Amino acid sequence: MADPVKLTIDGQAVQAAPGTLVINAAKEAGIPIPAFCYYDGLALQAACRMCLVEVEKTPKLQVACTLPVAEGMVVHTDSPAVQQARKGTLEFLLTNHPLDCPVCDKGGECELQDMVFRYGAGESRYREEKIHVDEKQWSPIVFYDAPRCILCYRCVRICGEGLGVSALGVGNRGAAAEIVPNGGDHLECDECGACIDICPVGALTSGTYRYKTRPWEMEHVGTICTHCSNGCKTTLGIRNGNIIRANNRDRSGINGEFLCIKGRYAFDFNEHPDRLTMPLVRQNGELKPVSWAIALATVAKKFLELRAKKGRFGVLGSTRTSNEENFVLQKFARRILNTNNIDHHRTGDLPALLDALSGRTDALATMGELYTAKAALVIDSDLAQEQPLIAFQLRANWRHHKAHVYVVSPGPVREDSYAETVRAGLGQEFEALETLREKLAKEPELTILFGAAIKGDAVRRLVAFGDSLGIPVKYVCLVDYSNSRGASDMGLLPDLAPGYEAVPEPGLNYDQILSDGALDAVWIVGTNPAARQPLAFSNTFVVVQDLFLTETARQADVVLPAASAYEKTGTVTSVTGEIQKLSRAAKTMGAKPDLDIFQLLAKEMREDLGTVKPESVFREISESVKGYNVSFPVIETGQAIPTYPINGRVAFRPEPELIRPAENTLFTSGTLGRYSEMLNSVLESPGALYRDPIRDTGIRVGSVTQETQTTAPVDKPQ
Amino acid sequence: MIYNEPSPLETKIISQRWTMENSAAIDTYLATDGYVAIRKALEMTPEAIIEELKASSLRGRGGAGFPTGLKWSFVPRNSGKPSYIICNSDESEPGTCKDRLLMENDPHQMIEGMLIAGWTIKSNKGYVFIRGEYRYLIPIVDKAIAEAYERGYLGKNILGSGWDFDLYTHTGAGAYECGEESALLESLEGKRGIPRLKPPFPAVVGAFQCPTILNNCETFSAVPVILRNGGAWFAGLGTPKNGGTRLLCISGHINNPGVYELPLGFPFEQLLNEVCGGMRNGKKLKAVIPGGSSAPVLTAEEVQGLLLDYDSIAKLKSMAGSGGIVILDEDTDIVAVALRTIKFYAHESCGWCIPCREGTTWLKKILTRFHAGFGQQSDIELIGELANNMLGRTFCALGDAAAMPTTGFITKFRSEFEAYLAKNHLTLEDTTPELVAIEAH
Amino acid sequence: MTFSPELEERFSKLLNSYPPGRTRSAVVPMLLYAQDEIGRVSQELVEEVARRCGVTPLQVDEVIGYYSMLHRKPLGKFHVQVCTNICCQVVGGEDLYHHASSMLGVGNKQVTNDGLISLEEVECMGACSWAPAIQINYDFHHRVTPERFDQLIAALRDGSYKQRAS
Repeated sequence: MADPVKLTIDGQAVQAAPGTLVINAAKEAGIPIPAFCYYDGLALQAACRMCLVEVEKTPKLQVACTLPVAEGMVVHTDSPAVQQARKGTLEFLLTNHPLDCPVCDKGGECELQDMVFRYGAGESRYREEKIHVDEKQWSPIVFYDAPRCILCYRCVRICGEGLGVSALGVGNRGAAAEIVPNGGDHLECDECGACIDICPVGALTSGTYRYKTRPWEMEHVGTICTHCSNGCKTTLGIRNGNIIRANNRDRSGINGEFLCIKGRYAFDFNEHPDRLTMPLVRQNGELKPVSWAIALATVAKKFLELRAKKGRFGVLGSTRTSNEENFVLQKFARRILNTNNIDHHRTGDLPALLDALSGRTDALATMGELYTAKAALVIDSDLAQEQPLIAFQLRANWRHHKAHVYVVSPGPVREDSYAETVRAGLGQEFEALETLREKLAKEPELTILFGAAIKGDAVRRLVAFGDSLGIPVKYVCLVDYSNSRGASDMGLLPDLAPGYEAVPEPGLNYDQILSDGALDAVWIVGTNPAARQPLAFSNTFVVVQDLFLTETARQADVVLPAASAYEKTGTVTSVTGEIQKLSRAAKTMGAKPDLDIFQLLAKEMREDLGTVKPESVFREISESVKGYNVSFPVIETGQAIPTYPINGRVAFRPEPELIRPAENTLFTSGTLGRYSEMLNSVLESPGALYRDPIRDTGIRVGSVTQETQTTAPVDKPQ
Repeated sequence: MIYNEPSPLETKIISQRWTMENSAAIDTYLATDGYVAIRKALEMTPEAIIEELKASSLRGRGGAGFPTGLKWSFVPRNSGKPSYIICNSDESEPGTCKDRLLMENDPHQMIEGMLIAGWTIKSNKGYVFIRGEYRYLIPIVDKAIAEAYERGYLGKNILGSGWDFDLYTHTGAGAYECGEESALLESLEGKRGIPRLKPPFPAVVGAFQCPTILNNCETFSAVPVILRNGGAWFAGLGTPKNGGTRLLCISGHINNPGVYELPLGFPFEQLLNEVCGGMRNGKKLKAVIPGGSSAPVLTAEEVQGLLLDYDSIAKLKSMAGSGGIVILDEDTDIVAVALRTIKFYAHESCGWCIPCREGTTWLKKILTRFHAGFGQQSDIELIGELANNMLGRTFCALGDAAAMPTTGFITKFRSEFEAYLAKNHLTLEDTTPELVAIEAH
Repeated sequence: MTFSPELEERFSKLLNSYPPGRTRSAVVPMLLYAQDEIGRVSQELVEEVARRCGVTPLQVDEVIGYYSMLHRKPLGKFHVQVCTNICCQVVGGEDLYHHASSMLGVGNKQVTNDGLISLEEVECMGACSWAPAIQINYDFHHRVTPERFDQLIAALRDGSYKQRAS
């Protein structure tokens, strides 16, 4: 590395790597230089002129956000000239600003407000008329108030550079310049709200949050988004126990800058009026609300009866419940119900990958590594639709580090715009890979991400292909749900116990449980298979634990109202293996966390599950599950720790036919999505055509064979 | 076509063909030493061409006055990338109307200048960026380009040199800011004319992100004669460091306004009284804007004995700029001129940076109110302070171009602003927004 | 969208005049030349230009809002532009504009009822030494007095005005 550059900032000796911008060198030294348009990771603008500093021997004030450090440079960030310039700039900014702070959503957390407070003049000399422009609604999510806009172009850049969507531009010129949407009067975009979060003022506001509260009335709870497998941290703003908004403005979490529409706005399912708040028990053919005591007693009695006469049980676990819950559920099934008939909706062939990689401890890529890897290869996944954070990471890696991205896909995907793409139908992937072999082998390293179409033997072939390149290769098996990885790691599998330990007598799998009409009891936790396939239950006692009265729950004998991920503590594991903590933010009266339900049911059955608290279960997991021996305090403080559940061969039963993608788009989220009014309103808004994945991406990966056009996206089940 | 009678006092060098019949035709050009310079250049090394330009002390005629030879020397010649020659014919500085005449009357001279630039950096493509308002010139320049192709001065293997050069016209569509070279390049790439961050400068990262020679139309037009007659000869026409002749566009309250070619260092009084026939209606001179509307105004006293070259005008803290000289007589309402000037910059501010976008607009509003008779004493200070808050703090020079003349008017003609206050028929408290709004339009 | 054969030829030359992959460069000229022919920048034109130049309609929109000569509203058959910038202003440009406005009965950027003439107060258009100046479409007229202005308008109305080819 080149020698550091020595300079002086406000009398302080500072060292910085060559090429460092003065604004960042100062920040490192603890000297803040105010700026609106400068934003880490986005293109330099030098537009707001707030960061002007005095540099000795330079006649004019210099723009700190574009000025690289130079040896011997002497910078003053707080001289009278600088103070005066900041005052002047802020005075200019406020000339046409409506100063409607009392009713502005941003009031209290507005960068303009803070800057004026800190650096501005006490009074305004502006006495002329202000130009009023009416506020515009561009989508159910995005509202734009031009007079509040300071034109820092952060929104334009995050949308174009960050997301690759480029739905925002600049219209008109001079004082009339304003941000304009790509649909003329509406937005055709991902509706991710990144533009709103990044806006330093109240120019962009969201349909979910506007005029709902003052920011200081909320408590903030950082937790993990429950909608997909990417494990984004989302900070929920809570007032009176209700979730008012979600964002990630502190940029913590593995997602840094990023959240998609679901992470920012689709929390509203949580307070949907259809949430179950009382247990239901079928009486005379109808589900009737009963107390928890009666419901649990009903289930316990039946389970004990059936167990006593060696009845056959089946258990389906959830891909959205916590690791602790999954761990306890499989323990319940195996120890109390004495069955290995346990499974979950598998969206990726993790056991096959772990088996193929056996003996290696460094072959699973983390979310962070997707931003630093020199090269990545994406096979059969429309990332922007299905794995939005991964799409963002790879794009950021390309734009910041010039990473090479390769795509093998049956239809157009967003990565095409910057990746080297080979079109190949499902089943043709390996022919396509051969055409890329030469280039891939020249990369210093590679991360391969593959979707549900690569399963069973194809996973082994893929790893063999990776081995044959002669370079270090890492893998990501693209599973779909928020704890798909955890469901698999925690042994919600008929053939594998937690940590992929083989069980002596594998049980029935997902399809077998659902199609075996002769089972005596089936317990379905947080999943809705009936929306996907018929349930062949005849004399079966069916218990369903869920948030809503789903198609599956309607066929149950007992329905237990469960808490959502936002209503519980515990941990989940992301698609890339990071374990992170769920924090309880809200509460729905009557619903209980699944973990509590397991414990109550065990007690009712006079069985001992040990201390069933999230922390104690986590300790048990970390002691017994391979790869999960991680520090609890680190997770407790909101950090992510990668898990590597790899240790030798995996004696699994290959069942590739059970690997089925979730088929969610950016705007659907299985059952949860159906109860999100925000997601549904976006799908019905003027830009909806954009949100039709058929138009957007051509053939959807994994759905080409049968379901391409049959199911409306809103109705995709979990 | 020319629109004013030439003056016998002119030194007609780059405007020498304007009065000829069919002056724009290639045959006229060829008959008057046309395309001799490129033949000469093809025998020269790039270094020698650049040396000749340096010797000529030719400075950019667009407004900034940067030495042309030096500018060409910054262009990397072995970057491995293509390179481009761009002619800035986006002439938009108020007071300036010379490039229009150069293209209308002698397009081949400009083309030859661009050819020489092209050969110097082994570029294979050039564009003449013509402002949209000069739409009528496009067929004229296109025709000249076609003629040059026909005669082998453009296209493949020019004059057997093995070197190819293609030239095209490109139109703007109404934006003063596109006269700023990096904004022009953005516009050429089909975008909003927002200036680029510098460095890198266009010499290194210019058109289509490649090395680029970008000069004003008049600058290119001066290149052939410099190569023909030598840099020293050209330099000798002007004053030290201010080589050659330039086209001065004289407008305002004079008897013979017009575009005249005069050597740099030409005395102002002689221009006013002899070339331009003196003040109109025998009025007295009040002020002079010496280099387009961006140049701070000079008083009648200041211009006494002034020599019209870059350095002499700079000494008066104004600038020779684009060569547009506006003569204002004793009856001129300076407040009205100041208002019209800032209205222009507010209209043309691209809006990219805060001080320019908001500063020009605020100044326009104050001056509008002031001019409408609702001014206040404090406005005079405020105008000066706001101009200062723009000066040197904007993204590009447009902010300075708006601030400098405003400061000039308010400091040098403060008494006129104060006289306006005395005339006020109403006070600010009587102002209705409607009244101000009417005036603002 | 269909254009005249002449314009189509101009477009194809235009698209070929830029370096490979740089067809975006043609956006501004294409819009201006098309506006010359169809009288305004319609939404259909935006989409057509976007398609031909390989950019998004938003990128075309951004450009239209920026350049003052691109108009979304229809102009008159003859677009009369009166310069009032300083060089014209000091020799009667503003008076000429007011004369034009009252004589035509339209304000800035408005069109006469018969759609024949539109009026615009414009910034400096490069006729400073021969001020005050107007442009009728792309033809310059110099040293225009109110009387001369009236004659020109009369010629526009009776069809005797001869437009320079462009």
